[in-house]
Amino acid sequence: MQYMLLIYGDEKQWQTFSESQQGAIFGEYMQFTQGIVKSGHFKAGDPLEDTAAATTVRVRNGKTLTTDGPFAETKEQLGGYYIVEAPNLDEALKIAVRIPSARWGSIEVRPIAKVPA
Amino acid sequence: METARGHVERLFHEQAGGIQATLIRLLGDLDLAGEVMQEAFVAALSLWDERGVPDNPRNWLITTARNRAIDRLRQRRRFLAPEASASVLADLDDADAEIERQLGEPIADDQLRLIFTCCHSALSVEAQIALTLHTLCGLTSEQIARAFLIPLPTLAQRLVRAKKKIRDARVPYRVPPPELLPERLDSALAVIYLVFNEGYLSADGEGPIRAELCSEAIRLARLVACLLPTETEPRALLALMLLHDARKTTRVSRSGELVLLADQDRTRWDRRQIEEALAIVEEVLKRGGARPFALQAAIAALHAQASRPQDTDWRQIAALYSVLIRLHPSPVIELNRAAAISMVDGPEAALPLIDSLAARGELANYHLLHATRADCLRRAGRTDAARAAYRQALECEVSDAERRFLERRLAELTLS
Repeated sequence: MQYMLLIYGDEKQWQTFSESQQGAIFGEYMQFTQGIVKSGHFKAGDPLEDTAAATTVRVRNGKTLTTDGPFAETKEQLGGYYIVEAPNLDEALKIAVRIPSARWGSIEVRPIAKVPA
Repeated sequence: METARGHVERLFHEQAGGIQATLIRLLGDLDLAGEVMQEAFVAALSLWDERGVPDNPRNWLITTARNRAIDRLRQRRRFLAPEASASVLADLDDADAEIERQLGEPIADDQLRLIFTCCHSALSVEAQIALTLHTLCGLTSEQIARAFLIPLPTLAQRLVRAKKKIRDARVPYRVPPPELLPERLDSALAVIYLVFNEGYLSADGEGPIRAELCSEAIRLARLVACLLPTETEPRALLALMLLHDARKTTRVSRSGELVLLADQDRTRWDRRQIEEALAIVEEVLKRGGARPFALQAAIAALHAQASRPQDTDWRQIAALYSVLIRLHPSPVIELNRAAAISMVDGPEAALPLIDSLAARGELANYHLLHATRADCLRRAGRTDAARAAYRQALECEVSDAERRFLERRLAELTLS
C-alpha cells in the first residue's frame, strides 16, 4: 500500500530560521530520506518551491483561467511530499512523524487510491 | 432439551460480538463481516433444526460466514472487478490452513485487536465511540443515536465514514507493537471511559441503554486488563469504573434530583463491587505507581472507604489531585483539587483558587465551576454571591438531575 505524506508548514516561519538552522534542517532531511530509501519505504519525494512560484489554472466553458499563486491562501502551505510504501497506516504514521517538518508544521498522510487497470 | 432455535439465540446473544471480531480479522472488512455473520446465524436457524447442532457451533458459524464472504467477493469481482477484493479473495483462498489455525485462537484476542482498530486515533473520538459501541458492544445504530441524543442519519454517516477510512487508509487490525502500545492504549482506555461516563453522568435519555453503556465499558476494560496483564492502567480504569458504578443507584434521588456524594446513602453502595475495586487499586498503585487512571481510582477508593462523609480523607485526596495535575494538567482536575481543599482548609481557602481558574476562562461554560464556587460561597455565608453563582451554573448546559439539584439549592438560599 502506498501513502503520500504531504508536508505543510508556514513558509514565513522557514524564512525566520537562520542560515545555520536551515542547513541543519536540510541535513536532517537528507538523513531521513536516506533512511527510508535504505529501509525500502521510499518511492518518491521532493521539496517544492514557495507558493510565490505557484500558478493556478482552471478551465471553464473551454476557457483557460490562469492566476498567480496557490489554489487557496492558507496559514500553512504545501512545501513538499514523500510517497512511501507501507503495510498499514500505523507504519506510514511512524514514518511521517520522523519528517523534520512534523516538529513545526504538519504532515498529512493520505492513502494513494488504487485505480483498477 | 434446548431447541435448535434456542441454541442459536443463545449463541447470538453470547458470542455474536466475538464471532464478528474474528470475521473482521479474517476478512479485513467490517461491513462484510457484519453482513455474513447475520447470514450465518439465519442459516443456522434452519439447518441446525434439520440436521442437529454441529459439534463446534462457533467454528461452524465462522466457516459458514467466511464461505458466504468468499461467494460475495467472487460475485463482486465478476461484476466490478476491483483489485482490492481480488487480493482479499486470494488471501482467503490460499490461507485455509492458516484460518483453521486461527479459528483455534481465543475469541477474546480478536476483540482486543478490534478495540485497537475501533479506538485508533486516526478516527475522530466521536467515531471511535460509535464504532466501539456498534462493533464491540453490538448496540444498534438506533440505540447509539438515542444514547447520545444525535439524529440517526448523523450517527449512521459517522459509522459509514469510519469504516470506509479503516478500509481505505488500512488502519491495522492488531494489538499495536510495543513502541505504539502506550499511546494507543491511552486512547483506547479514554474511549472506554467516555462510553462509561456517557452512561453514568447523564441521567437524561433512556435508562436501560445508559446502564448498558456502563456495563459494556466495564466489560471492555475487563477484557483489556485480562489480555494485557503487564499493563496497569486498564486495571486501574476497571477499578475506577467499578467504584463509580457501585454508587450508581444512590446518585439520583427518586424524584430525579442529583444527590451529592456527601448525601448519598452509603449503605446502598455495592460493597462487593467496591471490595473488588479496592483490591485492584492497591495492587495497581504498588505495581504501576502514579499513572492517571491509577490516581483517579485511588481518589475514588478513598471516597468508597469512608463509611461516613466526615471520615473522608480529603487531605490525601487533595494531594492525589496535585500529583494528577502535574502528570496531566487540566482545569477540571484543578477544580476538583480546589473542591478537596475546601473540605480540608475551608471554603475561604478554596475560593481564590476557583476565582483564578474562572479568570482563565477555559471553564466559563462548565456548570461545575459555578456550582463548586456557589457551594463554597454558600458555606462561607456569602449568600448573595452564592445565589448569583448558582444562577450562573444554571445558565450552563446541565442534565435534568443536576438542574433540579441546583434549583433546590438556589431556592433554599432565597428562603433563608
